[in-house]
Amino acid sequence: MASTQEIPLQQVDDVVIRFAGDSGDGMQLTGNQFTNTSALLGNDIATFPDYPAEIRAPIGTLSGVSGFQVRFSSDDIHTPGDQPDVLVAMNPAALKVNLADLKEGGTLIVNTGNFGARDLAKAHYDSNPLDDETLKDKYNYIAIDLNQSTLDAVADCGLTNKQALRSKNLLALGMLYYAYARPFETTEKWLEAKFANKPEVLDANLKALHAGALIAENSEFFGVKYEVGSAPLTPGKYRNMGGNAALAMGLVAGVKLAGLKLFYGSYPITPASDVLHALAGYKNYGVTTFQGEDEIAAVCSAIGASWAGTLGATGTSGPGLALKGEALGLSVMIEQPLIVVDVQRAGPSTGMPTKTEQADLNQAIFGRNGETPLPVVSCSSPGDCFEAAIEAVRIAVTYMTPVILLSDGYIGNGAEPFLVPDASSLPKIPHQFSQEGDTRQPFERDPETLARPWIKPGTPGLEHRVGGLEKEENSGNVSYDAENHERMTLLREQKVNGVAKSYAPLKIFGEDHGDVLVLGWGSTYGAIRGAVERCHADGQSISQVHLRNMWPLPLDLQDIMKKFDKVVIPELNRGQLNRIIRAEYLVDTISLPKIQGKPYGGAELFGLFQDILND
Amino acid sequence: MSTVTEYKKKDFVSDQEVRWCPGCGDYAILASVQQVFAGLGVAKENFAVISGIGCSSRFPYYMNTYGFHTIHGRAPAVASGVKIANPELDVWVITGDGDALSIGGNHLIHAMRRNLNIKVLLFNNRIYGLTKGQYSPTTSPGKVTGSSPYGSLDQPFNPIAVALGANASFVARTADTQPKHMKEIFAAAHAHKGFAFVEILQNCVIFNDKVFDHIVERSIRDDRQVDLRDGQPMVYGKELDKGVRFSGNSLEVCKASEASSWNASEATSADAMRICQGSELEDIPVPMGIFKAIERPVLEEDIHKQVAAATENLGEGTLESLLDSGETWNID
Repeated sequence: MASTQEIPLQQVDDVVIRFAGDSGDGMQLTGNQFTNTSALLGNDIATFPDYPAEIRAPIGTLSGVSGFQVRFSSDDIHTPGDQPDVLVAMNPAALKVNLADLKEGGTLIVNTGNFGARDLAKAHYDSNPLDDETLKDKYNYIAIDLNQSTLDAVADCGLTNKQALRSKNLLALGMLYYAYARPFETTEKWLEAKFANKPEVLDANLKALHAGALIAENSEFFGVKYEVGSAPLTPGKYRNMGGNAALAMGLVAGVKLAGLKLFYGSYPITPASDVLHALAGYKNYGVTTFQGEDEIAAVCSAIGASWAGTLGATGTSGPGLALKGEALGLSVMIEQPLIVVDVQRAGPSTGMPTKTEQADLNQAIFGRNGETPLPVVSCSSPGDCFEAAIEAVRIAVTYMTPVILLSDGYIGNGAEPFLVPDASSLPKIPHQFSQEGDTRQPFERDPETLARPWIKPGTPGLEHRVGGLEKEENSGNVSYDAENHERMTLLREQKVNGVAKSYAPLKIFGEDHGDVLVLGWGSTYGAIRGAVERCHADGQSISQVHLRNMWPLPLDLQDIMKKFDKVVIPELNRGQLNRIIRAEYLVDTISLPKIQGKPYGGAELFGLFQDILND
Repeated sequence: MSTVTEYKKKDFVSDQEVRWCPGCGDYAILASVQQVFAGLGVAKENFAVISGIGCSSRFPYYMNTYGFHTIHGRAPAVASGVKIANPELDVWVITGDGDALSIGGNHLIHAMRRNLNIKVLLFNNRIYGLTKGQYSPTTSPGKVTGSSPYGSLDQPFNPIAVALGANASFVARTADTQPKHMKEIFAAAHAHKGFAFVEILQNCVIFNDKVFDHIVERSIRDDRQVDLRDGQPMVYGKELDKGVRFSGNSLEVCKASEASSWNASEATSADAMRICQGSELEDIPVPMGIFKAIERPVLEEDIHKQVAAATENLGEGTLESLLDSGETWNID
């Protein structure tokens, strides 16, 4: 039914779409395409990919459901949103897992082509949920056989049915492009590059994409066409940036600012492997990557690289950090730069590898034998991973110390528009290798930073030995002297504590005093910001401080906390920062722990803040 | 880099007091390494001597070179990072049977497989010394030790077989009581382009004294060892009148004139396995010398070739080009 009437165009400012299907249905790809297209339109965006650990779980099962949520807005947004406005469910399992999250009155697009008896059984449905008449009352319910529509659309492409059906995600994408007035160019260009050598597949995908839009237009499924204007983002150059990609880029930028080269030793582990993938592509930046035989080899190779004068870095997730513990002690002992990235996931043990958590804070700060302090830096959003990585490089190189950089699966896999900084705005990271003729002893300290000199093997006349045994002050020779051991322990501690003197002052969002201070760290940043903004709209007295430097803690934190009646600490663990703050400052903080493998949502935190503000 | 001058052994002696037990085989190995280093024509500052944990791993402290005493078993992994970061360095790993074959077994076999140009000297004394005498992965079955009061039940590794199995490109064996042989082998290991694995039969005077006497004791060793020399017949005995020849998958003793030749530079690991697998308690002499020395691609060279090729194709990456990468858009 072709419509001759103009479809009305309605302005909306904030939309959340969740694509959900089988892990073989291409939902991540579909979500990424919608994200890139929206970013180029100038929307603010935030994404949340949620996929199973199994690469291909049995088709159609609940464990195989893969989801990708994208939020795009004409406002400045901080999270991928709590409840989707639109849910695309490619099969019964996807419907079962996701329907409860869909906003009441939202749009539900269901691929009826996958609702046969066997599909229903795999999702443990006793009867067909689409027979439920209330779907039409609760939602804008769009039932469409995407399989048949795709087969029809690509009938003349010369593909088998099985091949043709692979394009059904693009048909769904085309429908949403139409509904939200998105242009096709970004996706068309991407498809052309990806399938340059498979013209019939390219043809099918392009046809499916356009067919989706035509179906949406002709069927008037959406009633209106929505328009989401561009967001009031700071003027400048933007790119869409995923967290792990930003972290890799930040490491490369950091070594460029320090005039060093980067060595990245890593062992594959979810959700950190993408950092290795990204860095392996930076060879023309002088980056060498090494896939070790295990987590220990990965960190040890990085320690060796740093000793040889290249900045060594390694990346992992929680279980891998546990394996690297002994080597981190060595790195603390020999006092050399090293970056250890931990893209955290739900633990303990193997835990839930594809689900997010912030429960490695204790491990990062304390998880080694002996008195073994080292600085810990955290990332608060996908784009922020770039700056956090540079901060980690700065501390490691300036203070001759290993640094742990904490990200997590939520920000590592998430994406947002990233304001690309101007190269000249990034401060250089000064450092010097000792030269032939230098008279400083191997463990003689800089009076300001307490850092020892960085002496590369190959430098004539400065031959010396380092190792894990306790060292005599200054000379670095092996020493079992009792008082020397205590002195060296305190010197290493003072050096790390001194890093806090180099931090930028903490930023307070809101008043610098009041009823409640929300103290957060890491990936809870966006949800806290959104919730605090809502509280401000209601005139409530609440402020936010978000930590970048987890250890040593910032020197101005204590005075800030004193000016609030209550300090609230939301985190995705059992209260690890909370315990540290209580221990360090004797402040009666309120912990808001969450351990569900899922991030906090803005509305969820808003509700929790109300309880505290009204208490 | 300074120009390479003539070095003497003493140039490689550090100011640290050597703290091995009197009579330990490690002293002779240290002296041999110092003598060999002096004659290699390598600038002293370019040596990187890297160890794990154990008696042998104290070695770097006694060498007046750059040295790194790392953690238990991890020296090959640290050395891999060092060599990749700076291929100009002459990287030597000093390790023991527990360090290399037990806690660090994984790193050792993977370093061998990758064929980095690093040299590994494994001091095999078939015992844990620094922890006061427990059976190690090379201890003979039945050995009474602190942790095996009724005799060890473990079947041991043959380190040479491990190296061959992991496809090391250079595999050799020598002994702490044979300095001339040791120095020849160390120099050959250095000359080899690629990973060199050298097992040194080493006496622990405290916890496993005379463990190799049935092979290395002066009065019998000519009859108990056959020195593998590339391209030469496998002959032995004081008068070089005895020989060894292949017989099916094993070896048998024969007259010198009937001895098989050994070609280490063409040997496959399977060939070398036939030689190393015999029991050292049987009539057949224990093979020493170079089991295998073949050329194959060297990892750090290939890594830097890839970096150079990428730089050639894409241009050298700068901070500006990094920030300019990806699909960008402007907001005014």
